[in-house]
Amino acid sequence: MAGAEAPSHASPEPLRAQMLAGAGQAMPVVAGVVVFGTVWGALAVQAGLSPLEVVLMSGLVFSGAAQFVAIELWSSPVAVGTIAFAALLVGLRHVLMSASIEPVMRGIPPRRAYAALFFMVDEAWAMSLRRAGQGRFTIAYYAGLSGTLYLSWLTTTFAGALLGGLVADPARYGFDVVFTAIFVVLIVGLWTGRRDLPSWAASALAAVACHQWLPGNWYIFLGGAAGMLTAVLLWSEKSQSDEVREAARAD
Amino acid sequence: MRIDPTALAAIVAMGVATYLTRIAGYWLARHFTLSGRVQAGLEAVPGAILIALIAPAAFATGVAESAAAGVALLVAVLRWPMLVALIASAAVAAGVRAVI
Repeated sequence: MAGAEAPSHASPEPLRAQMLAGAGQAMPVVAGVVVFGTVWGALAVQAGLSPLEVVLMSGLVFSGAAQFVAIELWSSPVAVGTIAFAALLVGLRHVLMSASIEPVMRGIPPRRAYAALFFMVDEAWAMSLRRAGQGRFTIAYYAGLSGTLYLSWLTTTFAGALLGGLVADPARYGFDVVFTAIFVVLIVGLWTGRRDLPSWAASALAAVACHQWLPGNWYIFLGGAAGMLTAVLLWSEKSQSDEVREAARAD
Repeated sequence: MRIDPTALAAIVAMGVATYLTRIAGYWLARHFTLSGRVQAGLEAVPGAILIALIAPAAFATGVAESAAAGVALLVAVLRWPMLVALIASAAVAAGVRAVI
């Protein structure tokens, strides 16, 4: 992926240095991936995946949130449609992320950008935008950054899968609640201010109600849809300009 | 090591679905301009989905689950590492279950 010809806005640094810079900035994230990946690999094996299926999913999906949701829905036989649909819903944030990274990737041939976007996880996306803000984003930097994250996700989830059988009854040690804990931490990371409250409250209410009265996993989709609808209904030109002001202050 | 055909199908379908979300915004931004209202709705989706996922466990399952979620929330708000949130939640859930 570290292309031979550099994009037009490339910094004068050599390719190797750009890749190493990306890999270096990935290191703090890798520390988190070690925990996250090992826990996921262990839970995936307990949910019924083989270690080979664990590596395959990590390699083809490469999304912590989608993979945690998948093993929560994992059953025997596996509900292919439900799991794919859940991955689509959980991945909806990527739509916004890849829309916002498009200006950064204008100097890169589209075919290469489509390949690069396969590896776009939250952290790589955020760091790339920051790097672009400094005028130093290149595809080589991105390759070093996301390549490091990809390899660490593959190796740690596989390690977790091999170690996973060691914990026989997760509920006895409270391990079953780590799902909830991980999602709570991810949610807090998404918090942008009080304006999130109405949509989040609608989502929680709808999810609890649907979980109570509807079969299966409809509560996930209907809860999410309730939150999205609330945001759509509450949107106004004024809230839009507030957002612009907030963004300007953050800069 | 084994690979179950149905599991393989699920994994490939997940991979395709996730990849489509990763390129959709790039493709849209290259070709269209999204209205503010649509953008606001899309922006709310990740939080709304994650909340919907945990709400039944956090609010309507049991004391141990609610306590674990509360501890995770506290750790996350304090910006302590994810590992601390996982260990603290598991410990609190195990503790509450041992007492009740």
